[in-house]
Amino acid sequence: MEAAMGLMRRMPPRHSETALSALLSLLPQHSSDLLSQVDLPLQVLCDVDNGKEFILCEYNRDADSYRSPWSNKYHPPLEDGPYPSSELRKLEIEANDIFAIYRDQYYEGGISSVYMWEDDNEGFVACFLIKKDGSKTGHGRRGCLEEGAWDAIHVIEVGPEEEGTTRYCLTSTVMLSLTTDDESSGTFSLSGSLRRQMNMNLSVADGHLCNMGKMIEEMEGKLRNSLDQVYFGKTREMVCTLRPPAEVAQMRLPDS
Amino acid sequence: MISIFVFSLFPSLSCFTNQKAFTDHYLLLHISLSLSFSSAFLLFLVPNKSKRFRFFPLKFALQRARKIGMAEEETELSEEQRKEIAKWFLLNAPAGEIQYVAKDLKSVLNDDDVYNEAVSEAFPVYNKSHMICLEMPGRFGDVLVTSYGELQDNEYLDPKTAQVAIVDHVKQVCTEVRPATDEELPSPYIEEYRCALDIEMSKYVGEAYPKGFCSVYCTNGKDVEGPGSDFELVVVISAARLSPQNFCNGSWRSIWNIEFKDDIQILELKGKLQVGAHYFEEGNVQLDARHECKDSTLFQSPDDSAVSIATIIRHHETEYLASLEVAFNMSGLFQMLEFSRVLY
Repeated sequence: MEAAMGLMRRMPPRHSETALSALLSLLPQHSSDLLSQVDLPLQVLCDVDNGKEFILCEYNRDADSYRSPWSNKYHPPLEDGPYPSSELRKLEIEANDIFAIYRDQYYEGGISSVYMWEDDNEGFVACFLIKKDGSKTGHGRRGCLEEGAWDAIHVIEVGPEEEGTTRYCLTSTVMLSLTTDDESSGTFSLSGSLRRQMNMNLSVADGHLCNMGKMIEEMEGKLRNSLDQVYFGKTREMVCTLRPPAEVAQMRLPDS
Repeated sequence: MISIFVFSLFPSLSCFTNQKAFTDHYLLLHISLSLSFSSAFLLFLVPNKSKRFRFFPLKFALQRARKIGMAEEETELSEEQRKEIAKWFLLNAPAGEIQYVAKDLKSVLNDDDVYNEAVSEAFPVYNKSHMICLEMPGRFGDVLVTSYGELQDNEYLDPKTAQVAIVDHVKQVCTEVRPATDEELPSPYIEEYRCALDIEMSKYVGEAYPKGFCSVYCTNGKDVEGPGSDFELVVVISAARLSPQNFCNGSWRSIWNIEFKDDIQILELKGKLQVGAHYFEEGNVQLDARHECKDSTLFQSPDDSAVSIATIIRHHETEYLASLEVAFNMSGLFQMLEFSRVLY
């Protein structure tokens, strides 16, 4: 499995779906591990009941059907799919509404979904997903963005309540993919994913949603900074190391 | 010693759910391993720390296992298919990482025959496409492994020194060197142009690329004796910066085809530039940038043509680097994604 994850870390992120299928066919006995540990760009389905889109992931999936957070129904319909308890479902509905507002404020568009389910430990797990596609609608100095996708997956494990506080474990993955293609400067494709974790013990006085919302907001802020440093900072540093800009080259001594 | 400590902890951990105990055990085993071996193993800790599915409900896992069980019966891969998949992984390795990919692949494949076949087919293609630079034994310097300099499957000409390097693709080393025969080298007329250009290009590459290497080959008309015929030279620049301890690798490849058109006394240049970078600490981020450009200049004497060509190449490559700088301007890109300015 480690070798498989090692391979996933080296394959070009744009081909991560192909890489994952290849690994699944080579290692069928590790399918559930692979599917649960490898993140792929998020896909979307339309809820037939209300025309709203929802995000697909392993958390709202059973066999080949996916549960919509808006109508709580499986698409395509399933006879015996798992559902969250009615109490959890209420929390899930509220979470979806609040998260949609958050998403609109920070992303001005895009799609969000929240899924919750009970775990075996008297707590529950919540998964917050955001998908934003900025391709072809974006404009900038370099012309149109051929492909621009932001996929964020935040999974929070909520522990059981103990003396008024609860432990929250957040694992966040952001996948970003940017491709520009123009006449004068060719193609530029930068894509990949970053993963971070955060644990907090918070009082339940403000409610789960408030706590989870705060954690996610803080995490996304950190991730955007990391993205700046990693996506742009590190790769730009590498390019400048390969071929320093002209001014630096001229200053260098002849025997270096 | 540490493993014993781990195993003694195990019974106390199992008072939680079975899944948690198993995963914590897995985690602790890795910690103990990493303490005993070098810190390179810490790299493998990362996916385990982020294993968020510790509490993934058993009923979900069972349903999925049911589905996968059905899938297993449907497809059983042939050896040929497994080999092709293995080759795909090898060919898609970022610059400087094929050995690491090969190691992981060997473990995943668990079939030495398929692995050896895949490796023997994929490594030569990878080495040529990445234009790897190998040291030649005997103080002849370095040789670039490229399709332009390929004389036979594992023999590569270094035009600078007129030596032929014999190469072991899988080990990525040059095993021996022999002088090139007259048939393998261009005619003296062509060699004048090639050599002058090689000298100019080496000067440029020496200044512009801290770890770059270049070669000039004749790809067409190498037996042309004198003026009156067209011929073609190709300039190849390969630079790689490998820093696996910093989880960062990168490469720059330029290929410039130059057509010497005798009848109209013009040189036509076509350049293909490719830059790649890979950052893999707590993630996997890769850059793939490509650019093509064209230019032309007059057909002059070997020395003057060489200077002209080098100037043009230097100009285009510098310009491209500047446009990459612009691409790296983050706020521009985020604006393109229509993110709210609230965060900035």
